[in-house]
Amino acid sequence: MVDTHDLTRLIFGRLTLESLPLHEPIIVGTFAVVALGGIALLGAVTYFRLWAYLWREWFTSVDHKRIGIMYMVLGIVMLLRGFADALMMRMQQAMAFNGSEGFLPAHHYDQVFTAHGVIMIFFVAMPLVTGLMNFVVPLQIGARDVSFPFLNNFSFWMTVGGAVLVMASLFIGEFARTGWLAYPPLSNLAYSPDVGVDYYIWGLQVAGVGTTLSGINLICTIVKMRAPGMTMMRMPVFTWTSLCTNVLIVASFPVLTAVLALLSLDRYVGTNFFTNDFGGDPMMYVNLIWIWGHPEVYILVLPAFGIFSEVTSTFSGKRLFGYTSMVYATVVITILSYLVWLHHFFTMGSGASVNSFFGITTMIISIPTGAKMFNWLFTMYRGRIRFELPMMWTVAFMLTFVIGGMTGVLLAVPPADFVLHNSLFLVAHFHNVIIGGVLFGLFAGIGYWFPKAFGFKLDVFWGKLSFWFWVVGFYLAFMPLYVLGLMGVTRRLRVFDDPSLQIWFVIAGIGALLIACGIACFLIQIAVSVLRREKLADVTGDPWDARTLEWATSSPPPAYNFAFTPVVHDNDAWWDMKRRGYARPLAGFKAIHMPSNTGTGVILAGLATAMAFGLIWYIWWLAGVSFIALLAVAIRHTFNYHQSFNIPADEVVRTERARTELLAGAKS
Amino acid sequence: MGTSRAKKIRRLMGLSVRYLKLLALLPLGFALGGCDFVVLTPAGDVAAQQRDLVVIATVLMLLIVVPVMVATALIAWRYRQSNTTARYTPDWDHSTQLELLIWAAPLLIIICLGAVTWMGTHLLDPYRTLGRIAADRPTNPDLKPLEVDVVALDWKWLFIYPEYGVASVNELAAPVNRPLDFKITASSVMNSFYIPALAGQIYAMPGMQTRLHAVINAPGNYRGFSANYSGAGFSHMHFTFQALADGDFDQWIAKAKSAGASRLGRQEYLALERPSENEPVRFYTPVDEELFPAILNMCVETGKMCTSEMMAIDAKGGMGLAGIGNTLPLTYDKLAARGAVFGLEPSYVAGGVCLPGDQVGRMSDASTIVPAPVDGTPLRGYGLARPGSARKSSTSFLFGRSSKSDS
Repeated sequence: MVDTHDLTRLIFGRLTLESLPLHEPIIVGTFAVVALGGIALLGAVTYFRLWAYLWREWFTSVDHKRIGIMYMVLGIVMLLRGFADALMMRMQQAMAFNGSEGFLPAHHYDQVFTAHGVIMIFFVAMPLVTGLMNFVVPLQIGARDVSFPFLNNFSFWMTVGGAVLVMASLFIGEFARTGWLAYPPLSNLAYSPDVGVDYYIWGLQVAGVGTTLSGINLICTIVKMRAPGMTMMRMPVFTWTSLCTNVLIVASFPVLTAVLALLSLDRYVGTNFFTNDFGGDPMMYVNLIWIWGHPEVYILVLPAFGIFSEVTSTFSGKRLFGYTSMVYATVVITILSYLVWLHHFFTMGSGASVNSFFGITTMIISIPTGAKMFNWLFTMYRGRIRFELPMMWTVAFMLTFVIGGMTGVLLAVPPADFVLHNSLFLVAHFHNVIIGGVLFGLFAGIGYWFPKAFGFKLDVFWGKLSFWFWVVGFYLAFMPLYVLGLMGVTRRLRVFDDPSLQIWFVIAGIGALLIACGIACFLIQIAVSVLRREKLADVTGDPWDARTLEWATSSPPPAYNFAFTPVVHDNDAWWDMKRRGYARPLAGFKAIHMPSNTGTGVILAGLATAMAFGLIWYIWWLAGVSFIALLAVAIRHTFNYHQSFNIPADEVVRTERARTELLAGAKS
Repeated sequence: MGTSRAKKIRRLMGLSVRYLKLLALLPLGFALGGCDFVVLTPAGDVAAQQRDLVVIATVLMLLIVVPVMVATALIAWRYRQSNTTARYTPDWDHSTQLELLIWAAPLLIIICLGAVTWMGTHLLDPYRTLGRIAADRPTNPDLKPLEVDVVALDWKWLFIYPEYGVASVNELAAPVNRPLDFKITASSVMNSFYIPALAGQIYAMPGMQTRLHAVINAPGNYRGFSANYSGAGFSHMHFTFQALADGDFDQWIAKAKSAGASRLGRQEYLALERPSENEPVRFYTPVDEELFPAILNMCVETGKMCTSEMMAIDAKGGMGLAGIGNTLPLTYDKLAARGAVFGLEPSYVAGGVCLPGDQVGRMSDASTIVPAPVDGTPLRGYGLARPGSARKSSTSFLFGRSSKSDS
């Protein structure tokens, strides 16, 4: 006789009604808001009959520009979630004094700080960085798309799949309560038997496939698809930093995949790689995860450095100072970033010689980074600096990042790290470099390339408001954490008993609220800019009088980017073309061979996500069926012989003629 | 209309700036009012030397950071677009001298800092015995360091004083100016043992021993805690570190001996290590001498092979095929019995006598010593009650926890 228990378990795995966090009012409230918002959005899309348009023109698109924009949208949406977590932490820590338990129980709070870290790194910073690289790099090197356009679409949807899993954990079950790197033994089945760590593992595995493939894709694109004349040493600096970042991705993400695979073996089939028993070694996990984790920091910050290089040189109206040393600095950072991972755990009892080695390699990274800082400074020197928004972010970055760099080198001195490790000083340090470096860079990049993507500039008033809220908010939110770290306050605490600390947490909380205003102003800025797009329009395709190839084409660029592949003679290719009196070709257009859109990426990623969901909840039939379907669809796609088409010559003619008219209209 | 809105917002911002200025003054008041910057004003010689390194490194870096910040502000201002009197050289992009300078200046600073780091790291290696107890006072070679064995438990601290046969929970005491020798391990997950006033932290990890040598120079009560997140009870995982004058320390030991409710042996330890929060201070005496080695080698439970023994066997070539069968089903574990969904029956390596002086044939009377498991049913990952919640195993209408024997 079949027990009903066995039957429900067969169908639902360990998913029960109790898995829904109905007893947690905060989550129920959030769910209500998200559900209403979601229904409104879906309703609007249906009402305006946008489904077919979205599917045809965006979801299935293999155009690197559209995929880049979709990455940016994903990053901004996830920023809202990650920042909501940050606000909850700040509120909890500002409240939980004098015997108060705050408003979050440990079970909830521990998920919040884990989710905050995971989301901000994997689903905010990574998509934003990847999105910008996707959008800009092919344009900068004069290519028509990336090397593997379908792979690009698939990579994006895998990243979305990971994000969907992490978001699902909020409403179905729970997320990990382990900290964002899920150190064992805490993340072993013995101490985290629930679905949280499984959500963590599969969310990152699914997204990781996308990230790795996108890395391979961009390396191939940069190495193989540059316009004639663009030697390696004539590549724009952003392309250089993108190349180095993607080399780092391809070399480090497989380590993350492997270490998470070993952890899942421990959790699913009872192996003992990282357990306490049977010779398992939790420290091996710590080593492996940081061999991925430290390069990850540079994966994020190198493209930001590239953005600052483009922005500084453009808005100073001047060639970038020390291009060659900039390139070598980037390459040196790329290599060194693999030789420093142990500085994340000096305090785990490595010997003094090992600790000094890794401490000193870490300090050495500050030399090329310092050289970069000087290069930007000397690019501004004797320039004509236009303080448009991207340039404002750059100056804010230069002033903020040196503080973060300084505290970073301080933490690289092992005896200093012994007193500051895991403290709020450390938390302040890495927010200092990630917000002050990566995020400021992303905002500079968004402001800089937005007109290229959409054909109109972003509104300056709301942009400035957002800028000042962000910068002031950042200092208010994180300088108190430096102070608290020097008072010996450690991270991830939920309640405090020393009332004299409260004021600092209150100030940090106010800073977080200002940042919230900054985010709101940023969203308003986009909305206002869309409404005022006629006024903010740029028809020249080159609103900033810029220097690199992406500004040679129209804004937004046509699907084929360039009607004729440009020939490059200088590392500021477009500046050089303008100076030599480049005339846009007006005739002789030919048909252009382009890749076709396909829905396979969406379907594959959807199946991968379903499989991961099945594995998380032990719904084996779902995992099995999705896996087989995944293979079948992938094989089926190899028989798709309609992977490309020709844009007919007369369509190219029409597109280019429209641009000629626009340009003429702008001049008159 | 646009301008009036802008004005309004400017006025609002002006107001908020004024409030922010007031707020900015608050912390200043607190800083002057004597906030406890314990990392910068520690009471132990090791922490003081670590503080010195923090200061030296910061000053060294400020040598370059301050000029860069000033130059950034000056250059950004001077070469603004509206300043047409400033020189403009759009094609100037290289200068060998400047390039040399911008690579050499940070390099020189890092050479200095690297040298300081190399020396400091070796001198302040927590495994190294102390050479001095204060700047001008070398250690007395006749004075034996006080050994304290530290165990991080879920979520409390156990301190064992082998010299005195005393153990305490959530309270640590030490005589001033006597070198301290901590041997640190953990029972289940990673923690970090940190007393900011005394010395830098070091991780406490299960199955591994870390060391910390330190000395406290001024009597007083200091804060100690776990500096690495270890689960639900982490926030409450702190203790008081009492630095006492010699006589006072003897009194503290005497007090601990008289207050020590029971001996601390394997059984008492297994009861103590179960997860709990906010444990009151308590003492044990006497303490089983082999307890700490057993905790470290993860063989407090009866019949379990110690990792030291396992490693010794492996070093001699292992037990071969016979070793595979040398396991027993796991009946007790930290939180509950467990087992992966596709894994084998949870088990452990069976061992005989693993430590010298342990005459009890532990295999024989296992039934009397092993405490009853929290819940003997293997979990296989399905629905464990949340730590700390009183919710019993689920008996929901969908399904509860099915035992292995069902399937």
